[in-house]
Amino acid sequence: MNKTYPSAAAALDGALFDGMTIAAGGFGLCGIPELLIAAIRENGVKNLTVASNNAGTDGFGLGQLLESRQVKKMIASYVGENAEFMRQYLSGELELEFNPQGTLAERMRAGGAGIPGFYTATGVGTVIAEGKEHKDFDGRTYILERGMVTDLSIVKAWKADTSGNLVFRKTARNFNAPAATCGKICIAEVEEIVPMGSIDPDHIHVPGIYVHRLITGQHEKRIEQRTVRKREAA
Amino acid sequence: MPWDRNQMAARAAQELQDGWYVNLGIGIPTLVSNYIPEGMTVTLQSENGMLGMGPFPFEGEEDPDLINAGKQTITELPQTAYFDSATSFAMIRGGKIAMAILGGMEVSESGDLANWMVPGKLVKGMGGAMDLVAGVGRVVVVMDHTSKTGESKVLKECSLPLTGKGVVNRIITNLGVFDVVEGGLSIVECAEGVTEAELRAATEATIVN
Repeated sequence: MNKTYPSAAAALDGALFDGMTIAAGGFGLCGIPELLIAAIRENGVKNLTVASNNAGTDGFGLGQLLESRQVKKMIASYVGENAEFMRQYLSGELELEFNPQGTLAERMRAGGAGIPGFYTATGVGTVIAEGKEHKDFDGRTYILERGMVTDLSIVKAWKADTSGNLVFRKTARNFNAPAATCGKICIAEVEEIVPMGSIDPDHIHVPGIYVHRLITGQHEKRIEQRTVRKREAA
Repeated sequence: MPWDRNQMAARAAQELQDGWYVNLGIGIPTLVSNYIPEGMTVTLQSENGMLGMGPFPFEGEEDPDLINAGKQTITELPQTAYFDSATSFAMIRGGKIAMAILGGMEVSESGDLANWMVPGKLVKGMGGAMDLVAGVGRVVVVMDHTSKTGESKVLKECSLPLTGKGVVNRIITNLGVFDVVEGGLSIVECAEGVTEAELRAATEATIVN
């Protein structure tokens, strides 16, 4: 079994259509599927609903799809790094559904796990709870949130074997693992595709059953906030 | 003289207890890590998927795959563990994190917190703050006591959209420390050089003691 495609465009062929929903992995610019995002922009598919913790920055990551007006609606927890996003939202050109970060992650996890809804105390008493079913368990109030299943998920991992088993690196795992599970089709981009058998089966973070197509390529891996400390003088 | 940012962070660090797993928010709360008392073991959680957050890297050793929830480059420690966002919020929602120290825009006498948006002006999002205040054992808010125009941000009721209702346990401002108790706020201490009369005068919320 080999799930490898020669390019992002080839992997996306037949998987894109106007008005579709896409779940994207990444946190800020860390672990974002930058090659697939660039290819989606190139493709020009429109009226997308994109679920992602953030919306990239101006000109990078999902910010590229905002710039090209391919996104109709964002489902996100934090969009503070993107001036173009703010402009489109405040002028009414872009729909926005804020989800608390943990609720968004769990919606993806639940969707991928066949769980259509779950109760959480997150957001009770806030605008997030408006219009949602409330239910008390053991004296505490919870709201019903829906599991999320998307037409496509796009994720970034560090390594994959040709059968789609994924390994992430450090905090670049973030939303990539739950997002990989909630798409009807999941395409993963990785820094390296290795032969089957070269990843210890005990060290696989996302089993290949969730991953349908794979690509590799050169990643820029841009840093959003470069913070350093001074070396103490010897 | 009211406390400055670093003095507020140092005061907040006194809330830590040995062995605790703690989440620090963005801004002044991040500075708390500089004041963890010597000999105390506190494990910092970063909600983007890490336990055991280390200091900023030395120049030239930044790793784009290793950031904190403020998107800043950081380092790992010998006890570090990485996990995905669903697992991260499972431990938050599941009550495994002993305390969160968070920033605030407004706080109320019943422990309501507003720190995620100003309608029509500032639309950034709640990030993980709503999950944290709903899930962790104890919520400490660190914030300026008044706005730039001198109005109290420690209120009877918040005017901004809430992050959580009745979720705050303790408030540390540049003027002093309060606990949220039955009926309002209880003064714990005044900042050095701030009189109790000044603290009361700067506070709109009901003070019960």
